[in-house]
Amino acid sequence: MTGNNGAALKAKLVLQDGTIFNGFSFGAGKSVPGEVVFNTGMVGYPESLTDPSYKGQILVLTYPLIGNYGVPGGSRDEHGLPLNFESEKIQAEGLVVAEYSVDYSHYTAAKSLSQWLKEEGKPAIFGIDTRQLTKKLREKGVMLGKIVIGEKNVEIEDPNLRNLAAEVCTDEKKVYNSGGKRKIVLIDCGVKLNIIRSLISRGCCVTRVPWNYDFLADKELDFDGIVISNGPGDPKMCTATIRNVAAAMKEERPIFGICLGNQILALAAGGDTYKLKYGHRSQNQPCIDTQTKRCYITTQNHGYAVNMKTMPAGWEELFVNANDGTNEGLRHKTKPFMSCQAHPEATPGPVDTAHLFDDFLGMMK
Amino acid sequence: MNKPNKVMVLGSGAITIGQAGEFDFSGSQALKSLREEGIKTVLVNPNIATIQSDQKMADKIYFVPVTPYFVEKVIAKERPDGILLGFGGQTALNCGVALHDSGVLAKYNVKVLGTPIEAIKATEDRELFVKAVEAASLKTPKSFAANNVNDALIAAEKIKYPVMIRSAYALGGLGSGVCRSNGELSEMARQAFANTPQILVEEYLEHWKEIEYEVVRDAFDNCITVCNMENFDPMGIHTGESIVVAPSQTLTNHEYHNLREIAIKLIRHLGIVGECNIQYALDPDSNEYRIIEVNARLSRSSALASKATGYPLAFVAAKLALGYSLTEIKNSITQTTIACFEPALDYLVVKIPRWDLKKFRNVSRRIGSSMKSVGEVMAIGRTFEEAMQKAVRMLDIGAHGLVGNGFSYDFEEELTNPTDERLFAVVAAMKNGYTVEEIHKRTGIDEWFLYKIRNILEVEGELIAAAKKELPLQLLKKAKQNGFSDKQIAIITKKTANEIRQLRKKNTIMPVVKQIDTLAAEYPAKTNYLYLTYNGDEDDVSFGNSSKKRIIVLGSGVYRIGSSVEFDWCCVNAVFTLRQLGYEAVMVNYNPETVSTDYDVCDKLYFDEISSETVADIYEKEKPEGVIISMGGQIPNNIAVKLAELGVNILGTTPESIDKAEDRQKFSQLLDKLGIDQPQWEELTSIYEAKRFAANVGFPVLVRPSYVLSGAAMSIAFNNEDLEQYLEKASKVSEEYPVVISKFIMNSKEVEIDAVAAGGKVTLEAITEHVENAGVHSGDATMVFPPKKLYVETTRRISDIAAKIAGALNITGPFNMQFLAKENEVKVIECNLRASRSFPFVSKVSKKNFAEAATKAILGLEDGGKGKTDAADGISCVGVKSPQFSFTRLKGADPLTTVEMASTGEVACLGATTYDAFLKAIMAAGFKLPEKNILLSIGGDEAKAKFLPYAKKLSDLGFKLFATEHTELFLEKNKIPATMLHKVSEEKSPNILEYLSGSNGKKLHLVINIPTSFTKKELDDEYVIRRKAADYGIPLITNLQLARLLAEALAAVKPEELEVKAWDEYN
Repeated sequence: MTGNNGAALKAKLVLQDGTIFNGFSFGAGKSVPGEVVFNTGMVGYPESLTDPSYKGQILVLTYPLIGNYGVPGGSRDEHGLPLNFESEKIQAEGLVVAEYSVDYSHYTAAKSLSQWLKEEGKPAIFGIDTRQLTKKLREKGVMLGKIVIGEKNVEIEDPNLRNLAAEVCTDEKKVYNSGGKRKIVLIDCGVKLNIIRSLISRGCCVTRVPWNYDFLADKELDFDGIVISNGPGDPKMCTATIRNVAAAMKEERPIFGICLGNQILALAAGGDTYKLKYGHRSQNQPCIDTQTKRCYITTQNHGYAVNMKTMPAGWEELFVNANDGTNEGLRHKTKPFMSCQAHPEATPGPVDTAHLFDDFLGMMK
Repeated sequence: MNKPNKVMVLGSGAITIGQAGEFDFSGSQALKSLREEGIKTVLVNPNIATIQSDQKMADKIYFVPVTPYFVEKVIAKERPDGILLGFGGQTALNCGVALHDSGVLAKYNVKVLGTPIEAIKATEDRELFVKAVEAASLKTPKSFAANNVNDALIAAEKIKYPVMIRSAYALGGLGSGVCRSNGELSEMARQAFANTPQILVEEYLEHWKEIEYEVVRDAFDNCITVCNMENFDPMGIHTGESIVVAPSQTLTNHEYHNLREIAIKLIRHLGIVGECNIQYALDPDSNEYRIIEVNARLSRSSALASKATGYPLAFVAAKLALGYSLTEIKNSITQTTIACFEPALDYLVVKIPRWDLKKFRNVSRRIGSSMKSVGEVMAIGRTFEEAMQKAVRMLDIGAHGLVGNGFSYDFEEELTNPTDERLFAVVAAMKNGYTVEEIHKRTGIDEWFLYKIRNILEVEGELIAAAKKELPLQLLKKAKQNGFSDKQIAIITKKTANEIRQLRKKNTIMPVVKQIDTLAAEYPAKTNYLYLTYNGDEDDVSFGNSSKKRIIVLGSGVYRIGSSVEFDWCCVNAVFTLRQLGYEAVMVNYNPETVSTDYDVCDKLYFDEISSETVADIYEKEKPEGVIISMGGQIPNNIAVKLAELGVNILGTTPESIDKAEDRQKFSQLLDKLGIDQPQWEELTSIYEAKRFAANVGFPVLVRPSYVLSGAAMSIAFNNEDLEQYLEKASKVSEEYPVVISKFIMNSKEVEIDAVAAGGKVTLEAITEHVENAGVHSGDATMVFPPKKLYVETTRRISDIAAKIAGALNITGPFNMQFLAKENEVKVIECNLRASRSFPFVSKVSKKNFAEAATKAILGLEDGGKGKTDAADGISCVGVKSPQFSFTRLKGADPLTTVEMASTGEVACLGATTYDAFLKAIMAAGFKLPEKNILLSIGGDEAKAKFLPYAKKLSDLGFKLFATEHTELFLEKNKIPATMLHKVSEEKSPNILEYLSGSNGKKLHLVINIPTSFTKKELDDEYVIRRKAADYGIPLITNLQLARLLAEALAAVKPEELEVKAWDEYN
């Protein structure tokens, strides 16, 4: 926005209600539609952009200076997982920022944010009054919109009508850390890789399966517990997942739902979910543990929430959002089923609730 | 929850380097937090110019030293059941620990609220700290504690040079520094041991990034980090000396959250309850980090973090100390969300320290690991360039921004050996072709910051290219988005600031108003904490019709020598008065250390520049009734005329009158016309003229620039050589205004009047006398109110002159005048049509609020026809105001009081007699009353003779006198026993140095060194005595009248007889 970016191509963000925000392009020269959402985290753009939960969405970052530390390289760990990203590619449809820092500085940086976005074919705009935009989204709720680069127009469409989880999950069953002591089946609805890393670092063998995989029918699959991952879109689109989880709940093997997984667990238990006005996307959401009254700072990225009133008997609230009272997690009173709406795996964000992985493993005895 | 009934809060005392106005902010918030709970409060703080020590802030206020001795007396009297130690800086913390250790707190059953003493000790004692960090499996720099010089040398061998030394229990890095050899280490260690029993010898992490977090934890183990900050200047430069940005700019998610996690882990391990600050060194090339320190109290950084985020750290910390959980406290900005969260910023802030090193003789201007700055500014923007350039202007050092200043620098030297001007040196180096990489290599400043500076230079380049043409609007907008001011653009493009302003307005290139809301717009904010930016399209707030009349008050800006917390007191009282009277008060200020920038204090706070451009922009948006410019000291006063030209309605005394008082020529003519006497003076532009003038009136003469603040570059010349030297210095300070030379009258008393007038008639006045004769800057003088040694005729004349001036300039509002008085002859030396440094002092001693009265006068609510009140009427006590110096911190500076102001703060105490109040006041300013050994070094026969009876008094009181050669001879002749000490340069025993350094059990408890004249040679001879006294922490007196008063006071009052009474017990 300071205009130190040379002769950048003009670009605009058009909202469903006709509002136009003019800026300049610093990503791919492609126009895209998407649901426009904002995130208030101040660090972690490489992690956020690769978070599959942003599939179908145009991400607005409220922190005005983006790109400062560049983008790290694509090195992988011993399990073949990228070290610095939450999936194999940029998942958000586009990026909107106030100021893009052309020059970057960090020892881990391999390229600029702009270069990365171009390589991945994702458009991005700078020079937007992101605060004005955010206030609009706060007041009117998340809105559909599109990024238009130059003259290339595109039609606005609603990504939530699609099964986004199916678009971002793994194509096939994959096993990580096969020697791991505890065997976890991970239902991938768009999993952030740090969930896998968090389980591996706790000595688990993780079998990652697609969103609709019937893991109970897989007789070769031996597992001690189930993790339902985070993911994009409306949880009600994940009908197969809901069905499979409902079936698994007839057994006693521990289940842990994260983010979208929290919503799927609720739906599988017979509860209901609804769409929040503008969601929770930030690294500073306070969640109170209803039992201990302890408050945790959590990282979040969700547009839907569980309606606690619809939960059947036997379920209780594990966490509640201290700001707006929305549900932040569930627990079954007698069975080993739990879930949280926040991201215990963080990346980006605080790791205050990482112990939930331990709590989950603790349920396995 | 078991809430206490009565809680004592310890203040921080006088403002010193390393401990400034931020503790008025934190203490005020704590008191507010306690009172909201219905808890009775007792405040101990001799800093009379603070808001926290206003009547409405606490139930009982004691203007006594924050020392274990006095605080114990207050405890015995007030019997509080709880005490807060974390809100008064290192002073309060040290005092609290001492009271705990001596068993006083247990004896009176006073509970330490918040962080327990054990946890405080674990952060203060380095050895305990390192153990605690290790126990939490975390890392500190390699470090060894040493209790003597030899231990220090052994430690350095193990770590390898260069090493860093630091002293335990120190504020602002006092006595710390980098040593590269055994020799350097021995000398530095010896000096440090004079102030502390223990030092640390540490691994020196040159050029690592320096990162801080502000951490809050409650008694239920909820723990959050409210803000992180990154130093622009890497390790090696004290964080108080560094440019700081919040939030961090060059940290990845992993680094940010890893350090956050470490902070929480350590703070839980230490068991802190309330607020603390943790500092890290972070390797720019790996994951390695070191924990540098934890401050288990509110700090300068926490004040900055509060202002940077809108999170009221001190207020919350006080609640947590009472036993609240973080989840029970509301976010005071949104009123709907809770305080247990971590603010998300959608802007960034840049803090820059303000130094005043040019004010000191002989001082080293190098900046490094110990603090020398006296103030700081904070700028808010949505780009780094914008915030940075705003901040540079806020410093008020004559810079229009980062570029366009016409300064020249020896940047080669500055890059490796930074001084207070390093930022400008970086710019100069870049202009001279240095690459970002080269500068980074030399300075360690992260490339990211340097790229941003380069951007500013590029915009300057574009502006230069456009200089001769019409300025393209796109470029104008770009320049504004990069933080260029109208004036700066005008200078670069060879236009006038007004042309740029008109061009902007015509094309609606105007700033927008954005709100600070702690949640990056996620929730609506209920408060009006605002800033201006060109990096946005929409105002966050509407300026619609308020049912109330709106008035803007301009704050005091950056603290510097001569302008400090006193002016903030005036501004806050003006705002209180406005709100009380039903006005909507809008504050403009940018100093994060102040109470006025607490968004709770006013209806709207603009945290932004106090420049004619910015104020006019705000004025045009807010459309207020007018602007009050007379409460914030010289900064708002200086822009009065320009604001009026831009169509701003200035309330109170007119800008024309202000100009008449500020312009020496016009003011002098006015005095002549009114038949008021003044010292002979002339305005001069050449050295030849100056010499001619001096020859005519006779030496000594006083040399000074016009538009003077705290005697900038003011000096007394005793001969032609002095004159030449000083003129050179003075002309550098101000090119716009010529130099003024006046006759200096020796042995004159100095007297001040603080007053309020309405419609040209004085309504309230207070006359104050200085203890020191003229020649000591009024800011460094010891002041007595009501005056005890003035002739009735003198005060009558002063009062009459003030009335005449008020009438002639048609003053409405505050004003202050200074006079020379000699045998009832009174001469005017200065007149300021604004509030003065002594307003809070006279207001509190007299219990008549001058700031409130002045505000009412400005609003037209005072009736000038009703006659005037002398504030001294009916006062049975005496108030003594003493300066606080920070010489110990200013390596090399000559600790001498002259016409150039050198004190960084002040205190004032009340007493039944001048002696009682005086002794308490000097003790409150850190003066230790002498136990036994006093060194006398009195220059000149006249001074020796004048001091003789007092030397006798000291001798009779049982003090053991030591003296320099001539003084000793004189004392011997007059039969006063004294031991002669050889000069330092003579290297003979008994030597002054032995006694100053305290080697072999020899020790001095007080040095009285009175220089004869102020010629350079004279000063240099005894400089070493004064300097060493400062280095070794020995009390020093350099003024004859002050030395005499001390001797009298010591004879009149025994220390244990000093009265300890609350403010409301005096009348």
